[in-house]
Amino acid sequence: MNEIVGATVSRAEVEDLLYREADLLDSWRLDDWLKLLTDDAAYYVPPNDKPDADPRFALFTIADDMVRLRERIIRLKDPNCHAEYPLSRTRRLISNVRITGVDGDVIAVVANFIVHRFRHNDLQRVFVGHYRYKLRRQGGQLKIAERRAILDAEELGLLGSVSFIL
Amino acid sequence: MNYQPSSHDFVVENREQKTFFVNREVFVSADVLEREQRAVFDHCWIYVGHASELKNPGDFKTRPVAGRPIIFCRDREGAVHALINCCRHRGALVCREREGNARQFYCMYHGWTYHPDGRLKSVPGADAYGAAFDTGEMGLVAVPRLEAYRDFYFANFDRDAVDLGSYLGGAKEYIDLVVDQSPSGKMQIVSGTQEYDIRANWKLLVENSVDDYHLISTHSTWLNYMRNSGVNVTPPKGELLPTRGFGRDLGNGHLTTDNPNYRGRPVARWISVYGEDAKADIDAIRNELVSRLGSARAARVADTNRNLCIFPNLVINDGSSVTVRHFYPIAPDRMHVTAWALGPVEETEAQRARRLHAFLTFYGPGGFATPDDVAALEAAQLGFAAWREVPWSDLSRGMAKAPDQQLATDEGHLRVFWRKWSELMGARV
Ligand code: FES
Ligand SMILES: [Fe+2]
Repeated sequence: MNEIVGATVSRAEVEDLLYREADLLDSWRLDDWLKLLTDDAAYYVPPNDKPDADPRFALFTIADDMVRLRERIIRLKDPNCHAEYPLSRTRRLISNVRITGVDGDVIAVVANFIVHRFRHNDLQRVFVGHYRYKLRRQGGQLKIAERRAILDAEELGLLGSVSFIL
Repeated sequence: MNYQPSSHDFVVENREQKTFFVNREVFVSADVLEREQRAVFDHCWIYVGHASELKNPGDFKTRPVAGRPIIFCRDREGAVHALINCCRHRGALVCREREGNARQFYCMYHGWTYHPDGRLKSVPGADAYGAAFDTGEMGLVAVPRLEAYRDFYFANFDRDAVDLGSYLGGAKEYIDLVVDQSPSGKMQIVSGTQEYDIRANWKLLVENSVDDYHLISTHSTWLNYMRNSGVNVTPPKGELLPTRGFGRDLGNGHLTTDNPNYRGRPVARWISVYGEDAKADIDAIRNELVSRLGSARAARVADTNRNLCIFPNLVINDGSSVTVRHFYPIAPDRMHVTAWALGPVEETEAQRARRLHAFLTFYGPGGFATPDDVAALEAAQLGFAAWREVPWSDLSRGMAKAPDQQLATDEGHLRVFWRKWSELMGARV
């Protein structure tokens, strides 16, 4: 059931959420970032060769339910997470934010991203693509129920691992 | 005093002193890489793809094999080919897509077309060629040899190579342990490909794929995850790993680990990560195995984990899930890795989802383990910049013990790879 978009959420409110998320991720405040998510949230990075695939049938790069996402954060905060120790420096640019639909209490949002990643002793890597979000209001707060980071690269190649939160 | 060798060979083994060294020049030298491409990759059976990737007549995948651009395809009659993707006219790729279904391959440069079995189909303005021009001879060139074992296709660029079955030798038994997980003996590559580069020498990934010595230090965050999820991963006193597994020499440079399972298996050993409601399903899979294979063989399939390396560059890891991955050097300090998930064709949606979930927790560029392997390999490669000053890697773990006592945390199975590599490469100078 599509309702009038402006009635439930404004683009400015969505942008505020996405910019806040980008800031928390870039500054590695991962516990605070988790608070932006609903308790049943999911985080997906589809395979580069099948960007529209379904995680039940296709091998993704990342397909986390909330249980594994919490474990991923535990791992990322551990100095024995060698792929992210020392931590990458990332800088995210989010743009072209669009509300693409509202279905019941779910707000669909699309945004473009460029994530620059820098590491000591390593290449500078640039992850380019778009996000597809499902947002839901919970206790008055706009929250992330699903985020899908879809890379434009044909293969990961020199992007290497997606060991940080993309 | 003279622990390390003064020899100039790449691989120096001293069975009396129980020492085994690899000179780090083999990881950094462009000259060594050039020799490997000729002496190793042009004479061994190199993995091309799996039959399940080509379901229908006309299906194709393009991918490099031993550095050559290859079209892996099924023709209109159903036969599988590995054609060199290089136009007979003046050399352009005749297929520039990753995958698809083709009635013909069309070279966009001057418009020559080829049948899916490689035969030349048409040449625009054919009347401009002389009488000797023979369209029957001008089809796409097939790889010199293409053979399959249980749906795994391999190419050999050496026309005189031994047949694939003889080449695989003892590795066949370990491929069987994977394929026998399917009631019909049919496995399939799951859609979705993980392709990533590692900035390290390709041989480091051979070592890493079968090396259980690194588990505790490199993968402690994965072990934490397992522990947090209720799986017992605490090693018994005096052991490095939760269970005591072995490293095995399978002949011809092939090798494997063979470990009692502790990490769960989609076929078929339940762990708490799968959830209570998966218990009955795992039991049913197990019962099917027992009724088809007998209880001893079912236990062999379901209660062990095996990381198998087919010399030189194919790894089939039957661990938390099954991954097929191959890799090829594009520079001494860089390799391209391609990895897939493999599962029985009969799997239900819930079983397939469980397999993929288990895969992603450990394997791949977003897993809880593989990115740390990549970090380890890249750290080693950076260290090798000092190969002249610190020339030797030590691979002697376990040498003081009998051959049948080589643990998966020893390096006996890694030495199998290096002996074969050394034999093919010959002396250093
Ligand atoms: S190069 Fe293919 S038609 Fe000329
Ligand atoms: Fe590892």
